[in-house]
Amino acid sequence: MSNRKINMKEKYRLLTRDLDWEYSYRDYKEVFPQQEFEGIKITDWSKWEDPFRLTMDAYWKYQAEKEKKLYAILDAFSQNNSQLNVTDARYVNAIKLFLTGISPGEHQAAMGFGQVGRQLGGVGARVACQMQAIDELRHVQTQIHAMSHYNKFFDGFQDFSHMHDRVWYLSVSKSFFDDARTAGPFEYMVAIGFSFEYVLTNLLFVPFMSGAAYNGDMATVTFGFSAQSDEARHMTLGLEIIKFLLEQHPDNLPIVQRWINKWFWRGTRMLSLVAMMMDYMLPNKVMSWQEAWEVYFEEAGGSLFKDLARYGIEMPDYAQTAIAEKEHISHQVWSMFYNYGHATAFHTWMPTEKEMDWLSEKYPNTFDKYYRPRFEKWREMEAAGERFYNPTLPMLCQTCQIPMGFTDMEDPTSIFYRQSEYDGERYNFCSDGCKDIFDHEPEKYVQAWLPVHQIYQGNCGGPSMEDVLGNYYKINLGVDNMDFHGSPDEERWNIWHNLQPAEDKLKQAS
Amino acid sequence: MSIEIKTATLEPIRHTFEHTKRRFGDKPASRYQEASYDIAPEQNFHYRPFWQPDKELFDKSRTAVVMEDWNVHKDPRQYYYGTYVQARAKLQEITESNYAFFEKRGSAGRMSEAVRAKIIRCLVPLRHAELGANMNNMFAFSNGTATVVNQGFLYNAMDRLGIAQYLSRIGLLLDGNSTESLTLAKEYWMTDPAWQGLRRYIENVLCVKDWFEVFIAQDVVLDTLLYDLIYRQFDDAITEQGGSDLAMLIEFMQEWHKDSSRWVDATLKTTVEESDHNRTTIKRWVDDWREKAVADLAPLADIAVGDTAMAASLDVLNQRLAKVGL
Ligand SMILES: [Fe+2]
Ligand SMILES: [Fe+2]
Ligand SMILES: [Zn+2]
Repeated sequence: MSNRKINMKEKYRLLTRDLDWEYSYRDYKEVFPQQEFEGIKITDWSKWEDPFRLTMDAYWKYQAEKEKKLYAILDAFSQNNSQLNVTDARYVNAIKLFLTGISPGEHQAAMGFGQVGRQLGGVGARVACQMQAIDELRHVQTQIHAMSHYNKFFDGFQDFSHMHDRVWYLSVSKSFFDDARTAGPFEYMVAIGFSFEYVLTNLLFVPFMSGAAYNGDMATVTFGFSAQSDEARHMTLGLEIIKFLLEQHPDNLPIVQRWINKWFWRGTRMLSLVAMMMDYMLPNKVMSWQEAWEVYFEEAGGSLFKDLARYGIEMPDYAQTAIAEKEHISHQVWSMFYNYGHATAFHTWMPTEKEMDWLSEKYPNTFDKYYRPRFEKWREMEAAGERFYNPTLPMLCQTCQIPMGFTDMEDPTSIFYRQSEYDGERYNFCSDGCKDIFDHEPEKYVQAWLPVHQIYQGNCGGPSMEDVLGNYYKINLGVDNMDFHGSPDEERWNIWHNLQPAEDKLKQAS
Repeated sequence: MSIEIKTATLEPIRHTFEHTKRRFGDKPASRYQEASYDIAPEQNFHYRPFWQPDKELFDKSRTAVVMEDWNVHKDPRQYYYGTYVQARAKLQEITESNYAFFEKRGSAGRMSEAVRAKIIRCLVPLRHAELGANMNNMFAFSNGTATVVNQGFLYNAMDRLGIAQYLSRIGLLLDGNSTESLTLAKEYWMTDPAWQGLRRYIENVLCVKDWFEVFIAQDVVLDTLLYDLIYRQFDDAITEQGGSDLAMLIEFMQEWHKDSSRWVDATLKTTVEESDHNRTTIKRWVDDWREKAVADLAPLADIAVGDTAMAASLDVLNQRLAKVGL
């Protein structure tokens, strides 16, 4: 029997698309009940272009090879106690933020892609989403495994899962993913598949992964690198969904544009936590947040939206606001966390003199003018034994759930503030972007589990800070929280490296 | 000397994460435990799903069975992503060399026309059924509550896609890549009376809203019957008719089913033993779907193996159910 040659594209079609059939015992709409309620019009699923052509046998093979290498490095990392090789123990706080704030998001992404991987009516799209679902499960699990060794030597990693459901700043990322997952399948795809994975992903992963590389953290570098080829697939899927929706029906354009506006803003707000990590938590700096923003959003995103212009898609609303904020955002967010450093499961600190100089150089228009004086004052207070902690509870933005602390870009000394009324109640917002999102779907955003409201309502373990932070959040008080200086993390680090405690150094210096 | 100091001072401050410590005690935990247990969100959800406003994300009420704690489940294979893909990579390597050998040996050409035709009629159409199984397991994955349970469904879903792809390749091996066998198999799936029962069954399961019922209908009842019928009985029948090389092409499915059954049995057992309520609920589903499945599969069993085949597969299912007291 002589075999006909069969090309890759045709073979992939036979091995995926051709598996599907037209139902006759049940109605298509019964099998895919979620496909229409968002108003998206799909006329022909067969027009879906497969973003990648990977059959399961190849998937198992490649991924198993990657896992083998990854776990070999993680094993060596713990055997050699390579956590000792990071620049200094302050760095580890960056990956505490990652494990508590980002890794649970990978888990949410796995569930969300699983959901659309069942609910989308086209088999090509479903299969691509399913592969992303299992990849995202990979990400959360490899991240837990990479952090597992750090957890044995540093405080603040130990209860990441419990904390993600409760702690005030973690509800920023939790509500982001809850928002996407509770939307319909197409909005989910635009939110996570496109806006997050395509437009903003580099602003999340480059800071963390390069930050790890610059700071001697081989465990994080390794899972980051290992996830890169997965991410490349996710990006092609994100782009395909946009093109597909826009080519299917002209009525889809305004819906998709609105989703892009919303998810760009929601993503940008969440990334402000990454901005502070990048500028303040890395002892060895990679680049400034502003530089990263310019490369990965203004340049890369700019050309992407130029590309999408032929479909009628425009740059997201409030991109200009986000661009104006790039010189401020990291300083403002670090200030908030420094203020509430008694209520965080990681340590905060004031930059050293050298670090302040770096910030002045990178942010010539803003740092010396608006932020350095405040930081120097806080540093003086610390030296005088009166490290500043803000004892009040902040007001949170109803949409992004970040404390209301962003300033007006027209006047960077005053806090930006918006309100909406719905059903007789007032709601507060940090920005026009967050207010617009609320105003479009108030019935959704009034449901938000706002951590500060919940504390006031007595739903978080009791009235005192010890009840909330210690019992409800399960932060080990005096251990996981407060300033880095004087923390058990710092003390152990110094013993391991035969270093003088910072306090002694301070004494000697003065 | 300096080495001594280092080891003396580098005592870990804890053995594992708090969530594994609370569940398994204060000792080092396995990778399976750290990455599987208690990692799904449990409370303080922000918004209700537009697509199901009466429930929360991860809502326990998406099934009628009740577990006080879904995290008491355990996959005896201890699959997390890494161990899962490595196990499947091994199996696919064997499969790849089997398929290459089948091709090199010209096995398709050595089979009689009748045997080839029979495989195309009775085996290859299952590629569509496997896509249905993929969707059903994906449904259970995305509707469950605890990761330690859910991830098993995700692995199963991806396995079924893989099996659908292997079945398609069997068709291509038999028709020399003309793709005729796949066209023909689809015609059987859509119109052949022998296949309509199974297709109806699958389409019905695709509309079930309770994810544990989907598990019962698909992974417990249907798969037990179908895998016995096709990958044991039909395999034997084809061997008798001179098609013993088929065995090389379906080794993956046979090995996979053994592997997957360990997880299916454990999941079923833990849930049934939780309460009388669960036992009764599951018993009702089993009775329901078993009756349908036997009726729906009988015509296929007849043409694939013979008129005693269905009863033999039903025996296998009943024995399996008896082991968990159903
Ligand atoms: Fe990911
Ligand atoms: Fe991704
Ligand atoms: Zn906001």
